[in-house]
Amino acid sequence: MEAVNLLSSNKYTEKQIGYLFISVLVNSNSELIRLINNAIKNDLASRNPTFMCLALHCIANVGSREMGEAFAADIPRILVAGDSMDSVKQSAALCLLRLYKASPDLVPMGEWTARVVHLLNDQHMGVVTAAVSLITCLCKKNPDDFKTCISLAVSRLSRIVSSASTDLQDYTYYFVPAPWLSVKLLRLLQCYPPPEDAAVKGRLVECLETVLNKAQEPPKSKKVQHSNAKNAILFETISLIIHYDSEPNLLVRACNQLGQFLQHRETNLRYLALESMCTLASSEFSHEAVKTHIDTVINALKTERDVSVRQRAADLLYAMCDRSNAKQIVSEMLRYLETADYAIREEIVLKVAILAEKYAVDYSWYVDTILNLIRIAGDYVSEEVWYRVLQIVTNRDDVQGYAAKTVFEALQAPACHENMVKVGGYILGEFGNLIAGDPRSSPPVQFSLLHSKFHLCSVATRALLLSTYIKFINLFPETKATIQGVLRAGSQLRNADVELQQRAVEYLTLSSVASTDVLATVLEEMPPFPERESSILAKLKRKKGPGAGSALDDGRREPSSHDINGGVEPTPSTVSTPSPSADLLGLRAAPPPAAPPAPSGAGNLLVDVFSDGPAAQPSLGPTPEEAFLSPGPEDIGPPIPEADELLNKFVCRNNGVLFENQLLQIGVKSEFRQNLGRMYLFYGNKTSVQFQNFSPTVVHPGDLQTQLAVQTKRVASQVDGGAQVQQVLNIECLRDFLTPPLLSVRFRYGGAPQSLTLKLPVTINKFFQPTEMAAQDFFQRWKQLSLPQQEAQKIFKANHPMDAEVTKAKLLGFGSALLDNVDPNPENFVGAGIIQTKALQVGCLLRLEPNAQAQVSGALGGSPLRVHSLHPAPSCLTMFFQSHASALWPCLLPLLPPFCLSILWSSSPFPSLTFISPCSFHPLWPLFYLSSFTSVFPGPSHRGERGQGSGNVLPSQPTLL
Amino acid sequence: MMRFMLLFSRQGKLRLQKWYLATSDKERKKMVRELMQVVLARKPKMCSFLEWRDLKVVYKRYASLYFCCAIEGQDNELITLELIHRYVELLDKYFGSVCELDIIFNFEKAYFILDEFLMGGDVQDTSKKSVLKAIEQADLLQEVRAGTLRGRRKRTKAKGTLPALDTLPAGPSCPFPPSLWRLAPKAPGWPAGPQALTARGGR
Repeated sequence: MEAVNLLSSNKYTEKQIGYLFISVLVNSNSELIRLINNAIKNDLASRNPTFMCLALHCIANVGSREMGEAFAADIPRILVAGDSMDSVKQSAALCLLRLYKASPDLVPMGEWTARVVHLLNDQHMGVVTAAVSLITCLCKKNPDDFKTCISLAVSRLSRIVSSASTDLQDYTYYFVPAPWLSVKLLRLLQCYPPPEDAAVKGRLVECLETVLNKAQEPPKSKKVQHSNAKNAILFETISLIIHYDSEPNLLVRACNQLGQFLQHRETNLRYLALESMCTLASSEFSHEAVKTHIDTVINALKTERDVSVRQRAADLLYAMCDRSNAKQIVSEMLRYLETADYAIREEIVLKVAILAEKYAVDYSWYVDTILNLIRIAGDYVSEEVWYRVLQIVTNRDDVQGYAAKTVFEALQAPACHENMVKVGGYILGEFGNLIAGDPRSSPPVQFSLLHSKFHLCSVATRALLLSTYIKFINLFPETKATIQGVLRAGSQLRNADVELQQRAVEYLTLSSVASTDVLATVLEEMPPFPERESSILAKLKRKKGPGAGSALDDGRREPSSHDINGGVEPTPSTVSTPSPSADLLGLRAAPPPAAPPAPSGAGNLLVDVFSDGPAAQPSLGPTPEEAFLSPGPEDIGPPIPEADELLNKFVCRNNGVLFENQLLQIGVKSEFRQNLGRMYLFYGNKTSVQFQNFSPTVVHPGDLQTQLAVQTKRVASQVDGGAQVQQVLNIECLRDFLTPPLLSVRFRYGGAPQSLTLKLPVTINKFFQPTEMAAQDFFQRWKQLSLPQQEAQKIFKANHPMDAEVTKAKLLGFGSALLDNVDPNPENFVGAGIIQTKALQVGCLLRLEPNAQAQVSGALGGSPLRVHSLHPAPSCLTMFFQSHASALWPCLLPLLPPFCLSILWSSSPFPSLTFISPCSFHPLWPLFYLSSFTSVFPGPSHRGERGQGSGNVLPSQPTLL
Repeated sequence: MMRFMLLFSRQGKLRLQKWYLATSDKERKKMVRELMQVVLARKPKMCSFLEWRDLKVVYKRYASLYFCCAIEGQDNELITLELIHRYVELLDKYFGSVCELDIIFNFEKAYFILDEFLMGGDVQDTSKKSVLKAIEQADLLQEVRAGTLRGRRKRTKAKGTLPALDTLPAGPSCPFPPSLWRLAPKAPGWPAGPQALTARGGR
């Protein structure tokens, strides 16, 4: 109370002390606040500038919402009033800024905004300085309202930059004219794209050039303050140049300037140069220029005495890495890792893992790198990293043998890290058979090697090793007796740890009860992992935290630059974009935080295992009472705009994430055989709230009904938070068709109805059956099929260098067989296949003639792809090729092997028993599970009929281990 | 925008703190402790910037005092470094070769100067003259009441009630009894003495 009385005093001292008190007494004592506000109001209304300043300072110091409510309307008035003193204006501008930051909704926008912009022209530099801060903040929310500030800021800036060091009197700081104001103006300009008006832009570029020129001039003073202030402007200029990213000339100059700083004796400058270069590396114009400094940066990483500078150097290496220098950078980082500070080791491990994966040309190098990583810094290799290597090895056939051999050798080291044992255990369990031929790594040797590590490991690793053992029983029947002996040992069967005990009991029983066929089915090789965002990237982002530094943004921006640099990045999605479909978020909101590893992967797969059982039944003999939904074209909305794009991702692929937004993820696994197909749709609820009335339906637009029969099973109408439900679609192709069926998903989320229409990835090429054919045969038929309506040809330009292997993989994914040694020109690809429909079968020959010159010169023309078809009027085929060609072919060529789009379960790759709690399930549940399974699939004959390769997506898929 | 500014001594005693974003007391203490540890552990030749939590920290040592600012991601580090220097210059000009004791005993002046210089985390005025003019004006207004206070101040000092240096709380949350306030320290127009902090400070 006393303090409030002081406020209303006329004496300055008393008033000042009153205000000092107030800034302490901010608790929301409502009565007092009202009195205080009243006193402040009086002061604001007074003509005494000192009092006004005191009041404004008090408001800014407190900055509470109540204050905002009381004064948000008054302050703008003071700010633009013609008769306010300069010092009051300054205070008012910053005070308003403070209130705006605290509660932006309270500050009314009005005609004052236009006048605030004109404060940039104010005579008083202090006022300009304060006003720029305010405008910078305001224009982030309402860029259009403040657009006029660009030209004013540019002219102000050019006046400052071109002024002599003495012109601005007291605002010159160590011979640098108004450094703070310049920096702020440059920052303000970074809120906007480059100015459209050519005159303004010219003036601005001139300014930027002047700043760059000044950096080359000899310093006017030896003082460090002079160079600091000068360089502060320079760095801000460079970030503006990077922000515009449109002036190659300036970007390269900026890069050269930073290159000079890299060797400057000031640590601060080296640090900042490394930091800015990081962002510069992501610009396509300067990426190459940045790369020239690689040796300096590597040297910095080795010799720099300050850990934070070293960390910047590591960041920059990460940012400048591309296919050409990946090997060098990765090996340097590995070498640095041996001596790196503990604080940044984990981050470096993540970066190495990401770079090695992203730029791996041959996967044996990748495997070597990661194993090295585990050897050097095993403690810092997080789960995500070694999960990832397992996923990649599992998904790529060509490295499995090499990986098995390498881990086997690595495990022979007397002391190896537990993570190495984990990786080794998993890989040998899956692919140990690939090296079993060598007597040095015969099955018993493999087993005894692994078992020698068993006792030194933690429970989780032991559990993993037990799974490996049971897999060994399947792979190498000769080890069965030894392994059963190990499992039977008291230390396992009566292990104090319930998980280990359970595994030992179950595996032992499984190995003795089940027949070899069942064992082979249950313990079959893991199917390829579905492709997801690399969890390593997610982890790196998480580690960086929100609002993290530049390295994170680089991650996002990189793809563009790497495309230019000859990288063959996939167009629809890359490793570095948050997730294949996050860009296509239906909700258009901010992408979900990097973290949500959705529901734990292992749990999901387990759910799948259970739902697989019943879901498989209809495939054998669909019971008539099974309620199939085949809704007519009801009131479903049009497909979402991205539907076509999403569909194109699946033209050459059968599995993947079809759609993802903040609420829902839809994954697809599908399999086609002749004119039949089965598709599994996995609907994952990404939120923690239950979806109500969940109903996915398939709709046939137009006359698709007569061309394609799709049977759907009803799914549960509730989807719990974090849960995943599965829907099975049985598809039969009756005739050739053009448009894909639509999938309409409707549900209520938190009371709000949500609906979504997507195109189901069912295209005519899915029913393509590859056919082998001799060269003579091929050309004979090719010539026969020469009627105009029998040919579809599309000439298109490759967006990227064509890699033969990639193209092959895409064509195979497209469905046709690839015929080697058929075409006289080895550059060409030819293929043959039969499109299977119920009504008819259409033979189809295909030829792709890459035209390297056209692609290099960029001239018109390109690579024709011709399809000849047996069917006399393959209208649908022709149309399919014509309509999808534009979308299909660009994505056909540049796509990397599938791992690159990849990506994965973010938690355990072992959808094992871990999530079964022993109390809720019978300890022998796998046997129940087995029995339910065997009744569905009557043994190997069925499997044989389906074929080994396609076994992955069948319900019999052994996800047990 | 600057998030906060700290002044602490080499021994880890906090001399001045200014927070531009509402932070709870507990959180403040934690942050101060953590940051002091990080900064004090750094060697003199290391760079003046570090990434700390999601902020950038810019610090500089002047004699025995560390001036430490936490700024946001897009802010310019070098200009913040010079901001610190400008603040030291202001203190120096005001106190005349400022030293740590000046800031301890006249912390309120140090705060007023800082308030004139920065407001809500942004630079208000970068001109030395205009900041000092504002402070001088305020001091002149105080002068009116000086007569009555002077006597009391002497008495209290003689009785030795001046708190020990270490127990001296910092921040605006320390309302010193007005009787202890030091009056306008020097007549306007005093010569610039040897710049204690600036001369020894920096590198």
